[in-house]
Amino acid sequence: MKNLKSLALVLSLFPLSFSVFAAGGKVHLDHADTDIMDRASLQNGAKLFMNYCSGCHAISFMRYNRIGADLGLSDELITENLMFAGSKPGETMVTAMPEGAASKWFGGVPPDLSLVARSKGTDWIYTYLRSFYNDEARIFGVNNKVLVNASMPDVLWSLREAQSEAEFDNSVRDITNFLDYVGEPAKLIRLQLGKWVLLFLGVLFVLTYMLKKEYWKDVKYGVWRRRD
Amino acid sequence: MKNKQSWIDQRFPLSKVWNEHLAEYYTPRNFNFWYFFGGLAVLMLGMQLITGIFLTMYYKPDAASAFASVEYIMRDIEWGWLIRYLHSTGASAFFVIIYLHMFRALLYGSYKGPREFLWILGMLLYVLLAAEAFFGYVLPWGQMSFWGAQVIISLFGSVPLIGPDLLVWILGDYAVGDATLNRFFSLHVIVLPLLLVVLVFLHLVALHHVGSNNPDGIEIKENKDKDGIPKDGIPFHPYFTIKDSMVVVGFIWILCAVIFYAPALNGYFLEHANFVEANPLKTPEHIAPVWYLTPFYSVLRAIPPMFGSQFPGVLAMFAAILIFFALPWLDRSPVKSIRYRSPIYKWALGIFVVSFVMLGWLGLKPVTPTYALLGRIATALYFAYFILMPWYTSIGKTKEVPTRVTE
Repeated sequence: MKNLKSLALVLSLFPLSFSVFAAGGKVHLDHADTDIMDRASLQNGAKLFMNYCSGCHAISFMRYNRIGADLGLSDELITENLMFAGSKPGETMVTAMPEGAASKWFGGVPPDLSLVARSKGTDWIYTYLRSFYNDEARIFGVNNKVLVNASMPDVLWSLREAQSEAEFDNSVRDITNFLDYVGEPAKLIRLQLGKWVLLFLGVLFVLTYMLKKEYWKDVKYGVWRRRD
Repeated sequence: MKNKQSWIDQRFPLSKVWNEHLAEYYTPRNFNFWYFFGGLAVLMLGMQLITGIFLTMYYKPDAASAFASVEYIMRDIEWGWLIRYLHSTGASAFFVIIYLHMFRALLYGSYKGPREFLWILGMLLYVLLAAEAFFGYVLPWGQMSFWGAQVIISLFGSVPLIGPDLLVWILGDYAVGDATLNRFFSLHVIVLPLLLVVLVFLHLVALHHVGSNNPDGIEIKENKDKDGIPKDGIPFHPYFTIKDSMVVVGFIWILCAVIFYAPALNGYFLEHANFVEANPLKTPEHIAPVWYLTPFYSVLRAIPPMFGSQFPGVLAMFAAILIFFALPWLDRSPVKSIRYRSPIYKWALGIFVVSFVMLGWLGLKPVTPTYALLGRIATALYFAYFILMPWYTSIGKTKEVPTRVTE
């Protein structure tokens, strides 16, 4: 009973305590300006993601061959370029890293990124990946302006050194674009289909409007009659 | 009536029902924009039921797999994403429609006699719909599902004496978890839909018994021709069936524009944090209900704890909803429609709308001293609309109501 009371007390405080923002100001986020209809960008993003991110981060709601189908890559191409050895095209994209090792190396399992674009937004990803700075106090020698004390190392450093600033921004934009697609693969369908749906409904609306006008002439001129 | 009845009419009152409720159901001919929403609400109920049936085929009411099963629907089920968005965005659309439908009643005094019981049935429907939406939002088992449920259910824990036991009874456990998810699923897909359908039927029975109000707030049945047909009435079918088809297509156009181009409406229809699986150990930075329940959430937060209990706030929140039931008896005005009401009523309604929207907006925001003050002012104005109504509706000069509809 005592437990219950303390639980009730704790729960009864929720409405107020939960509404308070966590400490720390909001960080300015750069606009990612991604275009999910840009297939080349998605393909490049997929390649970069598999090379730099997928070693630690799963996108476990995504299947290899779905990416293949959506990005115009054949099963052979994805088998050679995207998949870990031994996986099958229909499998979901889990990471090769064992959970125990991950906790030991990073202090926690790197999060699954299937829905990161939906929970954090593309601007956040784009800015986060470009916001690492040197900080000797941290275990990997880097810290992040967007996610302070992030336990992730600056995995894109080699890419940044090999590319100009604009090129690097574009690479990060492609990764962001790819993660946006991964967050909602149906976005490709709905954006393409939407205009046709609205066009169809628009035409149908005009027809129903004309039908209504025709019927309501009776009302307008006061000539409607009961049909006995 | 023809002498020779059809086979079915000898056994079932098909033609009788058709005539009484459609072909010879006389509806005021001056219905305007505000009369679109009753029919659309029925459409939305039907759409939620049908999309819900398909979602139930794939959704798993299990704390360990619910979140993944929703993503499975979004990704691996053919057209699953469309069905899911129709249902989740549809829930918000349903509330847009219901709020406009209720506002229509405030505009034209549709709750006033002889429609008091119609109004009460409608208010019961609103309360059930809010519960249905709340249970539905828990099912995807994201962070907002979990913590939203935690916050709302914890309110029952603040009831004096029985609170803690009541909480366990509702949760089926000592904390929100698998047992809670399962019973909410049951309530969401069986109990509440069943009650909603029955009450919508009764709402329509009551409506067809007393007849529709109209923008002039006059009773068309008081002015009939020699055949006993209201002079300002036209048959529901075909005139309003045809007109409503046009309205339905127009509405679906808007709904599809949202579903295909912004189904989560930037976090207003599907909150960003709900794309993270529920984690009892990690409280989100900011918990807010979905927009359609935020006005009442703001009322809850506006009332400070008294005697170390949140209960007064909880009472105020429920009072904010329940007070709507009393509207027919609070309104003393001799006229129904806003067109003939006194200026003081128009001001009161205007202030009420502003306070309601303000409460809704504040409910999405974290509490700051300024917002807390605004919340209290808006709460006071919200209740003032109802509590002062017997006074301000009995003073002020109303305009003369015509005997026939004006357009």
